Amino acid sequence: MTISEKIVADLVANNVQFVTTVPCKQLAGVIDAVDKSPDIYHIPSNKEDEGMGLCAGAYMGGKRPAIIMQNTAIGVTINTLVTLTQYYRMPLPMLISYRGELREPVACQVEMAVHTKALLNQLNIPTYHFHKESDVDEFDEILKYTFMCNKPVAILTDASFWGGYGE
Amino acid sequence: MIRSEILRNIAPILRDELVVCNIGLPSQEMHLIDDQPTNFYMLGTMGLSSSIGLGVALAQDKTVISIDGDGSVLTNFGTLPTIANNVANNYILLIIDNGSYGSTGDQPTYAGQKTSLTAVARACGCESVIECKAEDTGKVLQAAIDSKKMTIIVAKCESGNIKVPVITKDPVVIRERFMQAVKS
Repeated sequence: MTISEKIVADLVANNVQFVTTVPCKQLAGVIDAVDKSPDIYHIPSNKEDEGMGLCAGAYMGGKRPAIIMQNTAIGVTINTLVTLTQYYRMPLPMLISYRGELREPVACQVEMAVHTKALLNQLNIPTYHFHKESDVDEFDEILKYTFMCNKPVAILTDASFWGGYGE
Repeated sequence: MIRSEILRNIAPILRDELVVCNIGLPSQEMHLIDDQPTNFYMLGTMGLSSSIGLGVALAQDKTVISIDGDGSVLTNFGTLPTIANNVANNYILLIIDNGSYGSTGDQPTYAGQKTSLTAVARACGCESVIECKAEDTGKVLQAAIDSKKMTIIVAKCESGNIKVPVITKDPVVIRERFMQAVKS
């Protein structure tokens, strides 16, 4: 089973049936796996705050949601995270590509990487960092934790975790 | 006719449906005119009424109406292609288009100038898009509900506001009450 297949299997096992995505090269495999899953409604978003709105609605409509996006999205979604997801106390697993870490070829990505954990910390968002492939073993527990505490939870996944930046 | 008059007119129609109310005055006006557990009031997060409503519609079968404004749709323009490409026939987006940012002091929006949200919605691929006069909103809305077809309504009205109190309900109470109404 690939990492992407394991992630989708855990989403399905935890009854996550509504997943929105904004693409990142590092996330291409998992987005493809989400799209192929017959148990998940995959709704691509044009922007991550829009995606969080869709997830908030899906949750209130009775479906467990998740969002898959790049860490640059933290810069786009702070207002939504604070005034919608957190204020109304809604669960949201956020599978995030942690661009700008080791093996990153694009210098500009580092500019957001250096702020990513600080911003998540400032927002009191529980944050997990997947660096080695075996870290994915915790994904199932992180999903359970997210729907237990009704909070947005970040899972940062760096290039090393994904086996490199497609070099 | 201004937005609060439209809301007063359509309140008896909205009463039986799930409604996502846009941030600011639209939520405050709906709360004042006809507070219902089936109303979800946005207390923040400008632009996302249409996205939240579409999410609710895709997750369950009851009819969902997002009350949005022209300014908020302009803020979250990406919502229209998403709506067009994820058809939920229990979903109605009601854009009350008064050509201004009403909650912030009636500054003009581009929708009141050269930009037609009706044309944009059609160009984005939305199949049933109806522009109507303020006075016809109730009739058009009821027909959209009865059609069981995803519909975007652009109700053109005058800008202007009434004095309304802010909503002091706790957000978790609003959300929980709405979720119970969805389930009932």
